[in-house]
Amino acid sequence: MDSKKLDWEAVIGLEVHVQLSTKSKLFSGASTNFGALPNTQACNIDLAMPGVLPVLNEEVLKMAVKLGIALNANINSPTSFARKNYFYPDSPKGYQISQMDKPIVESGYLDIELEDETVKRIGVTRAHLEEDAGKSLHEDFEGQSGIDLNRAGTPLIEIVSEPEISTSAEAVAYLKSIHSIIRYLEISDGNMAEGSMRCDANVSVRKKGTTKLGTRTETKNVNSFRFVEKAIQYEINRQINELESGKTITQETRLYDSQANTTRPMRSKEYANDYRYFPEPDLLPVILEKEFLESVSKSMPELPNEKRLRFQENYELNDYDSRLLVADRELANFFEEVVKKSNSPKLSVNWVMGEFLAELNKNNLPINKSKISAKQLGTLIARIEDSTISGKIAKDVFEKMWSSSKDADEIIKEEGLQQVTDLSKIESMVEKVINDNPDQHQKYLSGKDRLFGFFVGQVMKESQGKANPSQVNEILKKKLKK
Amino acid sequence: MELHELTLKEQLEGLKNLNFSSVELTDHYLKRIKAIDPDINSYITVTEELALSQAKEADTRYNNNNPLDLDGIPLAHKDIFCTENILTTCGSKMLSDFIAPYSSTVVSKFIEKGTVMLGKTNMDEFAMGSSNETSYFGPVKNPWNKEYVPGGSSGGSAACVAARLAPAATATDTGGSIRQPAALCGLTGIKPTYGRVSRYGMIAFASSLDQGGVLTRSAEDAAILMNTMSGYDPKDSTSLNVDVPDFTQEIDKPISGIKIGLPIEFFDQEMPDFVRKATNEAIDVFKELGAEIKEISFPNIDLSLPVYYVLAPAECSANLSRYDGVRYGYRCEAPKDIEDLYMRTREEGFGSEVKRRILIGTYALSAGFYDAYYLKAQKCRRLIANDFQEAFNSVDVILSPTTPGTSFKAGEKTNDPIEMYLQDIFTIPANLAGLPGISFPCGSHKDLPLGLQLVGNSLQEGKLLMAAHHFQKTTNWHKKMPKV
Repeated sequence: MDSKKLDWEAVIGLEVHVQLSTKSKLFSGASTNFGALPNTQACNIDLAMPGVLPVLNEEVLKMAVKLGIALNANINSPTSFARKNYFYPDSPKGYQISQMDKPIVESGYLDIELEDETVKRIGVTRAHLEEDAGKSLHEDFEGQSGIDLNRAGTPLIEIVSEPEISTSAEAVAYLKSIHSIIRYLEISDGNMAEGSMRCDANVSVRKKGTTKLGTRTETKNVNSFRFVEKAIQYEINRQINELESGKTITQETRLYDSQANTTRPMRSKEYANDYRYFPEPDLLPVILEKEFLESVSKSMPELPNEKRLRFQENYELNDYDSRLLVADRELANFFEEVVKKSNSPKLSVNWVMGEFLAELNKNNLPINKSKISAKQLGTLIARIEDSTISGKIAKDVFEKMWSSSKDADEIIKEEGLQQVTDLSKIESMVEKVINDNPDQHQKYLSGKDRLFGFFVGQVMKESQGKANPSQVNEILKKKLKK
Repeated sequence: MELHELTLKEQLEGLKNLNFSSVELTDHYLKRIKAIDPDINSYITVTEELALSQAKEADTRYNNNNPLDLDGIPLAHKDIFCTENILTTCGSKMLSDFIAPYSSTVVSKFIEKGTVMLGKTNMDEFAMGSSNETSYFGPVKNPWNKEYVPGGSSGGSAACVAARLAPAATATDTGGSIRQPAALCGLTGIKPTYGRVSRYGMIAFASSLDQGGVLTRSAEDAAILMNTMSGYDPKDSTSLNVDVPDFTQEIDKPISGIKIGLPIEFFDQEMPDFVRKATNEAIDVFKELGAEIKEISFPNIDLSLPVYYVLAPAECSANLSRYDGVRYGYRCEAPKDIEDLYMRTREEGFGSEVKRRILIGTYALSAGFYDAYYLKAQKCRRLIANDFQEAFNSVDVILSPTTPGTSFKAGEKTNDPIEMYLQDIFTIPANLAGLPGISFPCGSHKDLPLGLQLVGNSLQEGKLLMAAHHFQKTTNWHKKMPKV
């Protein structure tokens, strides 16, 4: 079977729904906060009371245009809304206001980096605005369903890729890239667990070397990067197995079950076949004035790729380090703050990516909840750089900073951790160590160079780690020759 | 003269001069409604307590010498306008127990100006009908002859004003629902330019065609009410952000020199001789008033009905999807599952005309039919709008009969939807083009009133009211009152 799999290739397109982080909903003034009591954030408009009308929240236009610019896309003006008709209890109007013919964003692309460090360009067909649905709660009510319309009307932008993704790993790289961009643009928190970013995957397979697309399935309900990878992989394998055993693929919508790691067809009741789109008569087409587009363009923050190139240029970071840093906007900002204080990009990147991230992960904390600020970490690194302490001592200081929230200088002073740089002191320690180890000295003199490290270690031990290592090296070299 | 015989304008003057109080006026109407409306059925809800308390407040303001613009004037509101804490049914079983949680912009504006709400008027279910026979709350009778229909969908509003059960009433017009009942009940009815009056809180039938307006006894009264109800509303994205003229000033502008267009294709339609005769007499009146009459062409009138009966049902099929038994309104007994809930709620909650239009609209929007029906209808709609624009290059207003005849007997057209739809052949084009139209009485036949329609260019309500006002200064058709 596995060898046969090599004969197939997958064709994947992703539909990514991103909740835009506006204060109020797409077409009403109700709040969009997550986690309120059911139906406390649903006004007459969200409840689809008779006679209510939608009014567009103009904040979303700015957000969508920012995304369009980041995706190198065209911005449509006028952009217009359409009704997508389907009955479902969490869709209170019986239709969703979405966009069909004139989506606000069209024809863009995104460059993603693959594991072998090559770059692949994925086309973005369109990104359109639409309102989120409410939630049906089936668990809490015996024989009934509860409807929570707090989420109904929350603005979403749906980003539709071209079917140009070939593997589950590429799909994840694409998603992560989108995630990073929306966080940079501050248009969404991108929290997949809370549903602020959701992904539907269109997957089909075909024999390598052929160009005709196979029948596709759409897998919904995938809410983490890892699950996206697994769901797509499962679906690719399932389709290949079906086709290899002579069956055909049914075009259908499937649900990913993360516990069983399988996908299953949705009941046909769970989705409609014909949405009967037509232009939304309650909203006029929106014209985006040139001045508006220019002002949004001017307000664009530095994007991940631009930041990466700048980091490589300004801080002489390598490709790997710079990519890791910029993938998370907050991490990248933290790093820059650290460098400002430390004046050592190389040491800073090592510390941020090393000790700092390890400690955050160990405590399961986001960057903004870190016990050590960027300034504090920068100062600590500056103390290594100016030889006040050694790198080794710095690790102890770091731990103490984390637990006490004290500054590096305070801890160094209190605990007397300044490096010993007084030549005579180091000389006397070196002499003591040589005198205490005559055998090793003899062996060193007879050619066992490797013992040099032993003497360094002994001197550092004698100084409780505080001796300046380069001075120790220098003096040892001289004294051991005698 | 009894209070109900006074026009709204006269009542306002009487209140201002403290000739009578709003409580007296309101009480007079409430007593008339109790005595007469059981035979006419023009009201679904009479808000007696509210009316009297509003009247009392108005009287206090008069006595304190700080009255509001329309203080103490009783009004009836079509039951399509949401009224906070008051039953709002839209003539449907689906909303037969629906207490609106908010008020429409139109009703709020009238309340802010001090008007008194007498109640909510009967109407065709969800404004779908031309005879007021599709109401869940029973048919409305024409006060001129109770065997006849009052027209629709604003049949309750028209009948109550004609029977002097209110001095005026709000109404809505999607394809003729103000103008046709105005014609059939001998009233003045204006459908403003699309976007002139806010649709917020007006229960939607066909969003791109619906427009609120009023049914009154004269153009003067209509002008007074139009001043209050017109204007931009940020809650309605399709409302027009333009200045509103003082219509009570507009109506007194001179009529001489106005260019009136007669669309030859309208007059080619089938209609009885008495309609032609009354229309020609009205044209003569305008001539005498100094109007210039001109024949114009309106080549695409035949497209109006087909276009309307694709677009209006298409929009209504989506607008009425919210009535699903989940959040408010009628819900079927003991649903098995969600599908059963939807199907039986809608099967039991909607009447047959509403279901017919939902089906037509759903079909017209379906995959594979969209281009042939909806899209084509949109293109034809443009052609009709172009006909108007072409005409307005050479004339100020366009004149025609409002309807192809006088009122018809109840039950006469209920089994023939197409015959019923033909009622609106002259009124629908203005809705498709978003233009203002007015109907006012111009004659009668066998004691049933006949209406004349004028359609104006965008935002030219003032011109329509002016022409009607001058007509009414020299004719008496609008002063005739049915014996009830």
